[in-house]
Amino acid sequence: MTPVKCYPPKPERVYFFGTCLVDLFYPEAGLDGIRLLEREGIEVLFPQDQTCCGQPPYTSGYHDEARAVAAAQLDLFPEPWPIIVPSGSCGGMMRTHYPQLFAGTPQEAQAREVAGRVFELTEFLVHVCHLRLEDRGEPETVVMHTSCSARREMGLAETGPALLGKLGQVELVEQARASECCGFGGTFAVRHPEVSAAMVEDKTQAIEATGATRFVTSDCGCMMNIAGRFEHQKKPVKGEHIASYLWRRTS
Amino acid sequence: MSARDAILKRLRERADGPLAVPECDFAVVTNRGWSQAERLERFERWITSVHGEVIHTPRADWTRRLAEVLAAKGVQRLALGREHPVAAEARKALADAEVELVDADRDIEGWQSEQFERVDAGLTSTRGAIAETGSLWLWPTPDEPRLISLVPPLHIAVLDAETVEDTFFDVVEAHGWAGGMPTNALLVSGPSKTADIEQTLAYGVHGPRELVVLVRHAGERP
Amino acid sequence: MSAPTHPVQTYSPREFHRQAHDALGNPQIRANFRKAMDGLMAKRRDIFSDWDLETLRELGANIRLRALAKLPDLLERLEANCAANGIRVHWAESGEEACRLIREICEAHDAKSVIKGKSMVSEEMHLNAHLEAAGIEALESDLGEYLVQLNEQTPSHIIMPAIHLNTDEISGILHDKTGTERTRDVDYMTAAARAQLRERFMAADVGISGVNFAVAETGTLCLVENEGNGRMTTTVPPVHIAVTGIEKVVEHLRDVPPLYALLTRSATGQHVTTYFNMISSPRKTGEHDGPREVHLVLVDSGRSNIYQDDELLDTLRCIRCGACMNHCPVYTRVGGHTYGTTYPGPIGSILSPHLMGLEETKDLPTASSLCGACGEVCPVKIPIPDLLVRLRKESVGEGRGNVPGAGVKRAKSEVAAWKAFQWLATHPGVWRGSMAMAGKLKALMPSRLGPWTECRSAPKPAKTTLHALVKRHHATKHDGEER
Repeated sequence: MTPVKCYPPKPERVYFFGTCLVDLFYPEAGLDGIRLLEREGIEVLFPQDQTCCGQPPYTSGYHDEARAVAAAQLDLFPEPWPIIVPSGSCGGMMRTHYPQLFAGTPQEAQAREVAGRVFELTEFLVHVCHLRLEDRGEPETVVMHTSCSARREMGLAETGPALLGKLGQVELVEQARASECCGFGGTFAVRHPEVSAAMVEDKTQAIEATGATRFVTSDCGCMMNIAGRFEHQKKPVKGEHIASYLWRRTS
Repeated sequence: MSARDAILKRLRERADGPLAVPECDFAVVTNRGWSQAERLERFERWITSVHGEVIHTPRADWTRRLAEVLAAKGVQRLALGREHPVAAEARKALADAEVELVDADRDIEGWQSEQFERVDAGLTSTRGAIAETGSLWLWPTPDEPRLISLVPPLHIAVLDAETVEDTFFDVVEAHGWAGGMPTNALLVSGPSKTADIEQTLAYGVHGPRELVVLVRHAGERP
Repeated sequence: MSAPTHPVQTYSPREFHRQAHDALGNPQIRANFRKAMDGLMAKRRDIFSDWDLETLRELGANIRLRALAKLPDLLERLEANCAANGIRVHWAESGEEACRLIREICEAHDAKSVIKGKSMVSEEMHLNAHLEAAGIEALESDLGEYLVQLNEQTPSHIIMPAIHLNTDEISGILHDKTGTERTRDVDYMTAAARAQLRERFMAADVGISGVNFAVAETGTLCLVENEGNGRMTTTVPPVHIAVTGIEKVVEHLRDVPPLYALLTRSATGQHVTTYFNMISSPRKTGEHDGPREVHLVLVDSGRSNIYQDDELLDTLRCIRCGACMNHCPVYTRVGGHTYGTTYPGPIGSILSPHLMGLEETKDLPTASSLCGACGEVCPVKIPIPDLLVRLRKESVGEGRGNVPGAGVKRAKSEVAAWKAFQWLATHPGVWRGSMAMAGKLKALMPSRLGPWTECRSAPKPAKTTLHALVKRHHATKHDGEER
């Protein structure tokens, strides 16, 4: 869906946009993402004034509010360095929707420029860092859940599995209907809770049916949804952000 | 203002202004470059995949094969045209056969219930076929009206091997369809079918249950 | 056999939540749709496997965009060429006007019995009910439509109307309504319906069909089908009335093959349908069958309003293949009736608000997780997720006001909540403090968060935010490995 991106050579410095879900619920995942980048010899700058990409009001139709929130992020990345986002959902918002959101406003050019520098973390690790990994963990079977935004909005169905494929002791298994949405969808889970519940129920069943007791994802929205369902059912299946999983097994 | 004028006015006075006209590149639906053998192979593969039967016959021998089909299918009453060479040759060959020949070149009002209830098969010529989709193309005529390929439970279509072309687009372009369309132009790809009962395929829901294509080859082949 | 006169089972888009609840709790519905959608997705994937699908979609989108760019001219050209061929063209501003026009044509022929080919536009305008009220019986002839009509329902899918029913249910319907034997034999049931409907084709005074593509260049109406009922409907009765939305026109005959290729492959995973029926005139002198009159009714019903807006315009590219619903995880769970509209699923959620207004349909644009599957498979590349967001924006009064009922969902409490979020997210110092506080106060956080925790555990704020972790990390970075 997304046009083929021309990837730059590995830079000396990058910005890291942590996202609000990571900030609040899964900060270790963000830090592990930073560590993976630093291990590749890249200096990571984390602008302390970052808050949220603006996606929640955007998908709810509140575009004036979304634009104000997004505008507050645009000035945080003044140097021409890549902006790394550990989420396909927020990355997709910034890369795809910022240009639409600011079309016809004075910040249109700036929004386009920033959008053009946004990379999802796994995308950056695969296509720019050409990451090599030495697996130090125990043998394990895992399932990857790629978020719909990463898969379709950013065209990154392959980067997560590609990274997991570099872990020698890890067997990656695919769940039935792997490309189907887990039912999170931001405010969708709140506005249509019963439909969302039916979707996450099917997703957890598909993951459980593989026999794996761990699933890995690159989006914390999906993780909150799927892991929350497993936990509620007191099932032994755990979720982990791919950045944490990669760091944990290779450090 | 009439509805027509009001609608056209709204469309012409479009709020966001005139729209750009994009270019259309049709390369993806043409230039297959298949040989005659490949075309026939594809045509047969696709039409048989949807339950069409294909019988190859030397041109000189085709009416004998037709008679065999009619006998095998138990056809007692066959509707067909008169003037088209396919109909004329069939009539001649079947003159002394068991099969009763039913004239199709009559106003339907005079024989509708007969056609619906007492005709076992309809025989038609075809103008050609499409390799990519396994489709026959028919332009019904007063001699071979629209309903004889639809109402009887068996449709027997006669196709000349050399008239199979690559794609639907190629047929439309090569034969200048846009220059003059008939009352009814048809693509037929297999017998009538439905999957409306729990996605289970069933044939002959409204039209023919069976479609037999007699592919006539020049010379002794096949 | 008797055709029902009033549909007893009614659904409304206003009742989306209740209807979704009912569907989700119905194992039969869930199983029927899951099985059908899995099959359709697999068939589509297979049939496109040897195609340059992206190039074909690009062509399909451009053909439709070209047609829309020239829409008023093409409609006039279509009208002129149809007229030259002997097809009478009528225009209707609304569904009611189209119903009236069609009824008047029927009455002019003293028609008592109408046989119908599949037409979603006729469903959209509730044509059958209108004709029945005027004493004209309207019988559906597409097998799925026939079954749904016998069962006094509406279609649950735009291509496969009876997809919500399984074999046993269909057997029961045919048994109860037409006296056939109870059986799981699909060939038997199909043959029974064939026999029942053949009588009706012969007796029908008028045939009414939809149109898949109307070709301006030649004045040709194209119909796509497998069953042959469309050919019967358009050939057997003495009068044929075709009804279609004004957006269905294409410029050239050569535009048709790529759209047809996209339509059948996207809809049912078929490389071609059994019949492609191209009608360019009524029966000519010397011809022996076919209707003596052909009418074309062009219906606007909100479409020219959609046409005004550059973004919303893309809605009109649709060729009604249904691939978006086949791939929609929401449609798959709740089925077509839940939407309460003629067009269910993603295309319905971006089209119905224009046809019915956002007051009626306000829950439809939100009934999507924006997973993007619909946009990914759309054969003419309609950006359905973007249009869903646009309609959400219109619903809350932040759009251009180009959709009927715009602003209907604007609630003070919700606006206040988003304004508060905006304030927080544009005050980084307060944001950092709040996030840190949430972690520290997590013991006070409710463990139940409304509907979320009905089936999921509540997420727990971390003790330390990423902002704080990164500060600490940078401070200790020179001390070597941290973990």
